[in-house]
Amino acid sequence: MSRLYLARNPRVAARALDGEMMIMSGRDSNLFTLNKTATILWQAADGLTPLDEIVGRRICSEFEVEPSVALQDAESLARDLASHEILQLSEHPIPQFNGGVAR
Amino acid sequence: MSGLMQEVTAKALKLNIPLNVQLDLTYRCNERCVHCYLDHDDHGEMTTAEIKRLLDEMAEAGVFILTLSGGEIFVRKDLFEILEYARRLMFCVKLKTNAILIREREAQRIKELGVESIQISIYSHRAEVHDAVTLVAGSLKRSIDAIRFLKSQGLRVVIANVLMTENMNDYAGVRALAEELGVECTLDPTVTPMMDGDRSPLRLNIDQNALQKVFRDPALVGNVDEFCAIPAKTQESDLEGLPCSAGHTACYVSPYGDVYPCVQFPLPTGNVRRERFVDIWRDSKAMNEVRSIRLKDLTTCPQCSHVATCTRCPGLAFMKGNMRGPSSQDCEKSFARTGILSANMLSKRRTLPTLVQIRVTSDLTRVMA
Repeated sequence: MSRLYLARNPRVAARALDGEMMIMSGRDSNLFTLNKTATILWQAADGLTPLDEIVGRRICSEFEVEPSVALQDAESLARDLASHEILQLSEHPIPQFNGGVAR
Repeated sequence: MSGLMQEVTAKALKLNIPLNVQLDLTYRCNERCVHCYLDHDDHGEMTTAEIKRLLDEMAEAGVFILTLSGGEIFVRKDLFEILEYARRLMFCVKLKTNAILIREREAQRIKELGVESIQISIYSHRAEVHDAVTLVAGSLKRSIDAIRFLKSQGLRVVIANVLMTENMNDYAGVRALAEELGVECTLDPTVTPMMDGDRSPLRLNIDQNALQKVFRDPALVGNVDEFCAIPAKTQESDLEGLPCSAGHTACYVSPYGDVYPCVQFPLPTGNVRRERFVDIWRDSKAMNEVRSIRLKDLTTCPQCSHVATCTRCPGLAFMKGNMRGPSSQDCEKSFARTGILSANMLSKRRTLPTLVQIRVTSDLTRVMA
């Protein structure tokens, strides 16, 4: 099975507010707020760590959930965020990743 | 403001987060607009390194929307270095500029950096009027060329049209120009005093008749009857409201590092060259005083029928001498909109000195005007 890599889209604006990310789309200035799980994905999306590792290290340790279910949900969430151009997805590491430092 | 942005703002207010900051990078400018509130000398602008450190502190404090303005931001040679740094910190960056230094290359760079929007001042669709405001020949053409460069990059451009005596008949033309260019357009009928308190620019404010015309133009306000409606009876809960976002979720930083509640509210609260931004935001006595004021604490406005719907600017009130007092320019606007005098206007009428005095001198009655 191929692995999925995710990177923050450098064209968005982002800031953490009370532990949740506010993201403004670079495409159409729409505003999104990410829930806790999506915020974990966003913060871990360094372009180099595959999704299954993020899920194992960051999500399964935080929530009581079956790893396979967590991975499926996380992939669905990542694809949704990618459809809004918040995340970039690839089956290969994203070495050119130039994502910003969102605090 | 979108529903989600309202929610985010409410959360920021509760958590005391400065969500929205305007940072003026310089007061130097390549135009000399007749209504400008700034002096254009450099009194010691922050260096590139100082601005980068400030941006770090702002990101740490939770600032999300960063408006870079001036003066003219493009006269700073390090603008793109600052922009790049700000975007690396993932601010939502908005620019305010006259755009006359933006050509194809600059527009492309702005696009690459993911700037959210560029607000450009246009005073008229006619060069003879616009250039007479900016006092720079050819400035309208250069600004419009820049808008085209920016639009060709797919960027969001907003024309800002300040309405004053010099251009009061041209706003429809500016709106038509905006439509032709495919950009948004805002109109502001308020000329403000200079930041040093000089009130001479106020002579350029349009009069009541012109204001009434603007407020009754459906192309600008939508439903005129609704916009100009007589205000509903004030509820007690209205008086618990905040005067505006200044000092609550927004503030302003000058090119010299001075922090004010807003660009129109020059109350010194601290300087980022001496203190951390977040310490000024959270702990400044002046900032906390601004933050403590509710509509019920104002001197005249709680008795005014407009209190819940007025656009009262606490900064303009401050520049008139009392941040808890009325802002006369907004009283004028409420009156122009609804035909109802504000409490401030009524009290002034009551205290106006008698214009005609009758003095008896022996058996002769003289009338003095």
